[in-house]
Amino acid sequence: MLTLKNITKRFHKGSVNEVLALNDVNLDIRQGDFIAVIGSNGAGKSTTLNCIAGGFFPDQGSITLDGADITAWPEYKRARFIGRVFQDPLMGSAASLTIEENMALADRRGKPRGLSLGVKSKDRARYRELLSQIGLGLEDRLKDKVGLLSGGQRQSLTMIMATMVRPEILLLDEHTAALDPKTAAQVLELTQRIVDTHKLTTLMVTHNMNHALRQGNRLIMMHQGSVFLDIEGEQKERFSVEDLLERFYTLKGEEFSSDKMLLV
Amino acid sequence: MSFYAFIGALEQGLVYGLMVLGVYLTFRILDFPDLTVDGSLPLGAAVSSVCIGAGMDPYLSLVPATLAGFCAGAVTGLLNTRLKILHLLASILTMIALYSINIRIMGRPNFTLLGKSTVLDSLTAFGLPSSMAGTCLFAAFTVSAALALIWFTRTELGQAMLATGDNPRMITALGVNTGNMIVLGVGLSNALVALCGALVAQNQGAADVNMGVGTIVAGLASVIIGETLLGQGRISRMIIAAVLGSVAYRLAIALALGVKLGEFSFSPSDLNLITAFIVVAALTAPRLKRKMAR
Repeated sequence: MLTLKNITKRFHKGSVNEVLALNDVNLDIRQGDFIAVIGSNGAGKSTTLNCIAGGFFPDQGSITLDGADITAWPEYKRARFIGRVFQDPLMGSAASLTIEENMALADRRGKPRGLSLGVKSKDRARYRELLSQIGLGLEDRLKDKVGLLSGGQRQSLTMIMATMVRPEILLLDEHTAALDPKTAAQVLELTQRIVDTHKLTTLMVTHNMNHALRQGNRLIMMHQGSVFLDIEGEQKERFSVEDLLERFYTLKGEEFSSDKMLLV
Repeated sequence: MSFYAFIGALEQGLVYGLMVLGVYLTFRILDFPDLTVDGSLPLGAAVSSVCIGAGMDPYLSLVPATLAGFCAGAVTGLLNTRLKILHLLASILTMIALYSINIRIMGRPNFTLLGKSTVLDSLTAFGLPSSMAGTCLFAAFTVSAALALIWFTRTELGQAMLATGDNPRMITALGVNTGNMIVLGVGLSNALVALCGALVAQNQGAADVNMGVGTIVAGLASVIIGETLLGQGRISRMIIAAVLGSVAYRLAIALALGVKLGEFSFSPSDLNLITAFIVVAALTAPRLKRKMAR
């Protein structure tokens, strides 16, 4: 469905800080895939997501969606088919607007915006129902400013907002990393529920190998801007955290010892 | 303060309320410090005066004046979003360019409306004293503009604009071209400022290329005074606060100009100094209040 072909990107080109962020990335995302993306810091996970979303244009390579070349599409135009949740819980909603106003904004993702009322009274019931699914009591706080919510509440709201208009592809960029473990688990459970209900094609960056192995049908590991492990289905199910770590440390040229398991 | 000084300040506060609404739109809603207003205020004045001079109906002359203001703001927005010039600098560039353009429009640095009919004549024709006519007319204009702005912030487009100022990354991810929002918002803001300039020129009977000096500071002072008086809250409340702030600012200026200490009294040229003091006081008042509470 979405294909990245030979994508290469250097940041700070020509300066001493030049980094090869993506090095010949090839990825074929199929309809219905739930792909967990892992790798160490600077491996190019978030950069890959950002590249798909249109945050920057690659130096080389092409991105195609259902056969159409979208490499030159700006970010706001790609938003038509992409739902996003960022690592920073504050990033996905506007603090000075109310919950219902934020939802109404998300409800028009990829549609023209005109001079009719932003929040329409006929939509409130649907907003309330969507919010009641996450069980945080937000359905009774439609007129509260989003700035009053906690990080977990905001991230759950962003999850709902990203999927109100069904996205062709959902991009989750370490969306539970900034939350406490209990809240992270709740948001992750919500994620799984929404992805299952809408049968969404999803790309989820995570640092947590357990999450990566448990969730999704496919797993890719990135290193130094390239995809070097791409497993799915049964092969993925046979993988354990130890297997992943072993791969990971071989890659970094370090000896794998069981001590490192402590880090999991 | 005499009754006439009070009515005069009220009238000024109301007519400049249009400008303050424009400044509120860029400064607070879009988070875009826009100095274009120092040029678009005389632009509106120049366009309206020249049109009236050419025999156009004074009300009708407000239309090209407002459109000219929109274009000026849009230029600033385009310099910023398309050519990636820092917002502050982009607006300064438009502002100085407008100085030349305004003189070109008028053919000279000022343009008098002596003997021409203005929007105020329609009210004095009803027998309203000329001192009250301005206040009533400008109140009608500013209140309508404030209501229109409140309505706009509730539309889909207006909400996208609020989000552009609040969280550009989020609203981009929701499919909005923030560049277009900035061009539209700064354009609308300067349209209001130019409309204000046109009314001011008709009220004082002349347009002058230098009449816009200090507009942004007066606008900021009014916005901040309004916020200090009414406090933070919903957008509609903040828009009303901006208009009240404009009136309060002009009253404060009138009071300051009336102060006499022996030989010393303020002259109108001290206005900018007084304004700077008012802005500093209004900016520090909330912090002082918090300190006192502790």
